[in-house]
Amino acid sequence: MNNLSKIKNIIVKNTQKLDCGMEISNFPLAYETYGKLNEKKDNAILVFHALSGDQYASGINPVTNKEGWWNHAVGAGKPFDTDKFFVICTNVIGGCMGSYGPNTIDSNTKKPIGTNFPVITINDMVNAQYNILDFFKIKKLFAVTGGSMGGMQVLQFVSNFPDKAQVAIPIACTASHSAQNIAFNELGRQAIMADENWKNGLYGENKNNPDKGLAVARMAAHITYLSKKGLQEKFGRKLQESDDVKFGFDADFQIESYLRYQGSMFVDRFDANSYLYITRAMDYFDLTKQFNGNLSKAFEKSKTKFFIISFTSDWLYPTSENRDIVIALNAIGADVGFVEIKSDKGHDSFLLNVPDFLGTLKNYLKTTYFNLNEKRI
Amino acid sequence: MKKEFKVITELIEENSRVLDVGCGDGDLMKFLLQNKTIDIRGLEISKKNVQNCLSKGLAVIEGNAENDLSQFPNNSFDYVVLSQTLQAFLNTERVINELLRIGKRAIVTIPNFGHWKMRLHLLIKGTMPVTEVLPYDWHNTPNLHMCSIKDFFIFCEKRNIKIFRSLALNKEKISSIDLSNLGIKNLISELGIFLIENK
Repeated sequence: MNNLSKIKNIIVKNTQKLDCGMEISNFPLAYETYGKLNEKKDNAILVFHALSGDQYASGINPVTNKEGWWNHAVGAGKPFDTDKFFVICTNVIGGCMGSYGPNTIDSNTKKPIGTNFPVITINDMVNAQYNILDFFKIKKLFAVTGGSMGGMQVLQFVSNFPDKAQVAIPIACTASHSAQNIAFNELGRQAIMADENWKNGLYGENKNNPDKGLAVARMAAHITYLSKKGLQEKFGRKLQESDDVKFGFDADFQIESYLRYQGSMFVDRFDANSYLYITRAMDYFDLTKQFNGNLSKAFEKSKTKFFIISFTSDWLYPTSENRDIVIALNAIGADVGFVEIKSDKGHDSFLLNVPDFLGTLKNYLKTTYFNLNEKRI
Repeated sequence: MKKEFKVITELIEENSRVLDVGCGDGDLMKFLLQNKTIDIRGLEISKKNVQNCLSKGLAVIEGNAENDLSQFPNNSFDYVVLSQTLQAFLNTERVINELLRIGKRAIVTIPNFGHWKMRLHLLIKGTMPVTEVLPYDWHNTPNLHMCSIKDFFIFCEKRNIKIFRSLALNKEKISSIDLSNLGIKNLISELGIFLIENK
């Protein structure tokens, strides 16, 4: 990785108290923006990224030279239309793309902080990212949005800051991380921690990173982002570069080769400790519990307009869990729209070219921005 | 059926909260928003319709009225509107009970199966009536529980439901229905529009 100098950041001066009890201050928060903030400062959209994402939602990520993770949704003429909206995305704390995280160099030891980094929560991430509003002097965002862990941050954001967003669009997410999802995250963490290079999280001195463990974690997770049908259609039992199986443990099947590739690509851009911290934050997320079992109370003080989206083939954050959020909002008479989009692409649908999803989102944003901010009464 | 929309609009008071059950692609919701200052939500079963509604910026959720009305608290709306959908439910009675639980009042419109054209069709042709309002054949109709204006009157009477206003629509003409003209209105009206509440 190079071009790290191209990362934009703000230094958060305020002291932030974390859920674990520790305090942090003077920490970096890396961000990227797309489009222009208008004079009235009413066209800003804050995008929250998912587990493996970063602040480079659109365009070309200058660090990895790969396309932004939400290129289908963010850009000129796209749903989050950068000709019209000012899109901000920040790297979560605990992340590894320039925000304060386990790979931040400790100024005393000159080594990465590693597992001396405090355990953080979705609430901590959102509170840290809130500082970006002050930086841009934005009083109220037009929208907050994100898929998967990004959606969880949307819910937490509206709960913490009920009057700071006109619209909230949580996508393919949940208000309370399920046992199944905790189980998958634990599998990934155990793979990392079983790697002899992990060294209790204090690796990184002589470039021996727990890459094998992180790759296995990514491979396992990647399966959960797809659907059985999608996998079957794309790979089936197709073999890799041969007519028959080789009676060995190399990648005989295309799906094996594909997963190995996904794993190997991931370790080039992601920090194993970040993976531990961020999955932990997801596991700890239980907005319902934060409000003593009544999710509706999380949104009681908010006038935010909600648009919730799920996907038919998403078994990681299934429609039923998204619908629970809708039900909680309906119980308090909140302004809420909800649709389950038909797609075979599994949980990853929100990142991919799914026309029904992108089309509905685009029109919704355009009409809603007009109704709230442009319509002459 | 713009006339139907107008009648519904007139039945709804300003600054009220409204739920449109089976809102289709949001035409009635839009009409109401253009003509009244109200807060309105929609529930719709078809994904395509829901996507269209959301594209128009309408607060619509995807769901099935047979099951998903239970998530709304008692009296959470001033009006719950059910426009020409009652006949499509499996459990009509439960849906009506739900409408009157969620809404202080409900507005129900029904295509009148007692209309003379229906009666004549069955009498002369001896086959299930197919009309402009009800264009389906018996084997592909989504309409499970057709009723006449008179049937609905009797139903409300039996279930202790108070009918506040009952209006008949024939072509573009609107008239009031009461017990004295029920027989004739049931014969000549295409649509019945009822404003009801629990007694």
